[in-house]
Amino acid sequence: MELKLPPLAETGETLTGAEIAIRCLQEEGVEYVFGYPGGAVLFIYDAIFNQKKVKHILVRHEQGALHAADGYARATGRPGVALVTSGPGVTNAVTGIATAYMDSIPLVVITGQVPTRAIGEDAFQECDTVGITRPCVKHNFLVKDVNELAITIKKAFHIATTGRPGPVLVDIPKDVSQQSARFHYPDKVHLRSYAPVAKGHSGQIKKAMQLLLEAKRPMIYVGGGAVLGEASHEVTELVRLLDFPCTNTLMGLGSFPASDKRFVGMLGMHGTVEANMAMQNCDVLLAVGARFDDRVIGNPAHFAAGSASRKIVHIDVDPSSISKRVRVDVPIVGHVKDVLTELLALLKAAKEKPDAAALAAWWDQIGAWRAKDCLKYDRASKIIKPQFVIEKLWEITKGGAYVTSDVGQHQMWAAQFYRFDKPRRWINSGGLGTMGVGLPYAMGVKLAFPKADVACVTGEASIQMCIQELSTCKQYHLPVKVLNLNNRYMGMVRQWQEFFHGNRYSESYMDALPDFVKLAEAYGHVGMRIEKPADVEGAIREAFALKDRLVFLDIITDQTENVFPMVPGGKGMSEMILAEDL
Amino acid sequence: MRHILSILVENEAGALSRVAGLFSARGYNIESLTVAPTEDETMSRMTIVTTGSDEVVEQITKQLNKLVDVVKVVDLSEGRHIERELMLVKVRASGKDREEMKRTADIFRGRIIDVTDKSYTIELTGTTDKLDAFLEALDKGAILETVRTGVSGIGRGEWVLKA
Ligand SMILES: Cc1ncc(C[n+]2csc(CCOP(=O)(O)OP(=O)(O)O)c2C)c(N)n1
Ligand SMILES: [Mg+2]
Repeated sequence: MELKLPPLAETGETLTGAEIAIRCLQEEGVEYVFGYPGGAVLFIYDAIFNQKKVKHILVRHEQGALHAADGYARATGRPGVALVTSGPGVTNAVTGIATAYMDSIPLVVITGQVPTRAIGEDAFQECDTVGITRPCVKHNFLVKDVNELAITIKKAFHIATTGRPGPVLVDIPKDVSQQSARFHYPDKVHLRSYAPVAKGHSGQIKKAMQLLLEAKRPMIYVGGGAVLGEASHEVTELVRLLDFPCTNTLMGLGSFPASDKRFVGMLGMHGTVEANMAMQNCDVLLAVGARFDDRVIGNPAHFAAGSASRKIVHIDVDPSSISKRVRVDVPIVGHVKDVLTELLALLKAAKEKPDAAALAAWWDQIGAWRAKDCLKYDRASKIIKPQFVIEKLWEITKGGAYVTSDVGQHQMWAAQFYRFDKPRRWINSGGLGTMGVGLPYAMGVKLAFPKADVACVTGEASIQMCIQELSTCKQYHLPVKVLNLNNRYMGMVRQWQEFFHGNRYSESYMDALPDFVKLAEAYGHVGMRIEKPADVEGAIREAFALKDRLVFLDIITDQTENVFPMVPGGKGMSEMILAEDL
Repeated sequence: MRHILSILVENEAGALSRVAGLFSARGYNIESLTVAPTEDETMSRMTIVTTGSDEVVEQITKQLNKLVDVVKVVDLSEGRHIERELMLVKVRASGKDREEMKRTADIFRGRIIDVTDKSYTIELTGTTDKLDAFLEALDKGAILETVRTGVSGIGRGEWVLKA
């Protein structure tokens, strides 16, 4: 890669590779490194030991390090940093790297490697890190020369945080971390082969404005790109200015306030009737930082057929997200924030206004879909309903908590019932759907925002995938609140088996569960079991009142509850199963 | 549809595997792939022949452009271009067939570059079509071994692909 180096500072100190690595992190303003030591990174751990600026968080499993760094990045918008050793350290980290990659989260992952002379000899704890991680990183590097280390780390931060963000890995052989070089950290890097587009095409933005003004049945569909691109302010202004309906994807929740009446809820496989029907039937669709994925629009052919004359405007920073699954009419490649700013200026200056009568009729239609009340559940139940728990959590935290989740039914209920008004508050694995992220995500968030309420909504199966991190929470005093929606089932698996596999609950029952209360206590935390609906509110209040303790609420919920609505895999968006259909 | 993609990549270890990995991970076809350094030794140039609908080839181009090591991608088949492939064929050439074999090679402007009393090794360059036609013109049983480089392509006229 060609780069224009600024003149080398004559005074550059001579440092070891390990010291250089840590100095680079300091220069980048990195607060926390999540990691786990081992042979190949011992020099780097020495360098960590000798300084105070960058704080190291010792996790209990490398997967936890990656997820915690990822959670930190999702909540703050700053890159998360993780450090692991070669071989098994790397392979343990892969799930976390892939999770971040699928959701475009900026991470810089530093990995130790066996000494350069041993590479390729099947040395102890050697693995082809660059090869193993290549398909799940935005980019990766193997640094073979200590003189290249600082510039490589600079490139890693640059690539991770610009354009469509993503994880970047820097593999450092042990001898490179031991050798010395002059340290100079450049302010800037230029890569001729990497120049993400920033500014959207003005002509295209004009076309988009025209389409929006002509719409009779408009819809605004906002995804995780609006969160990553810090565009929620512009999204909100646009939706309110036009008075159009707005939906968010699972990854976009919070980019438009859920409390606004123009919000029609999340869309997709477990989206609301009003969101999915409006998507299917609109005549002009504005997609912002979203990618029309399978869990969102279901079957693309069915979607395309839904409204033959539908025109689609798609704004995204990544050209490859545009026209990948759905042909769009007005593609706009650029930073969503900048494009929306330009679009807003045009709309405000335009003489035409949207057709008020058509819009009123469209809102009536949406009102009729809304009246289905597709998220209703049995509020009089004597068994705790999971939806009720989330509603209480929302109420008690006044909608202002950071909510992390794992993967399964509980995740969908959290997404549906915790009404996020702000971006970066809803922290979950949307793309890879990785069970086990919830607790380490909460750790990363709590470190970033020690004063904020942080809740981890999880299930009894998911929480056991990274339960060891309860120990990390103890060590670093991370008083997050775990809400374990314990249905004694891999509920989402059970739901699919109920719907599509003739009630054959093959291996989805969670037998031999631990006593979570005792388990929490064994790790030095507070545990509580809640079995009655009447006790839910008090328990959640108590948990948040215990400001400096991690509280694990083991909430025994209805085993038979299912997530509705549901668009079965491969079906169209309007082919939803509702609770009342069964 | 057949497309010929010309790609400039950084001459970095691993650049080839990133490109090849992209094709296999996303299920794109590779009919042939050639790569070698260019006049600027910091870069290599690849020619990839692929097939797919226009939508698929558009995605391939976008995905290639996203790779950090990829400097430039063009679809040569969108414009006027020249493509060439080199093939070496070892054929049976004994007795009365020996003369006939030489004549066939001549017709295709092939050159005989190695000889034994029972065989010829013929060098042939041209489009993929022409090389295929040559092989078809030979008696199947006469072909002992073939090796082809895959297509290299370049745009016609003064236009050049550069970083
Ligand atoms: C690492 C991993 N393995 C398997 C799955 C498939 N999977 C999706 S949801 C689920 C069950 C989750 O159970 P639980 O955590 O109890 O949540 P619930 O659905 O019961 O709320 C499984 C196994 C996954 N998403 N991630
Ligand atoms: Mg469960």
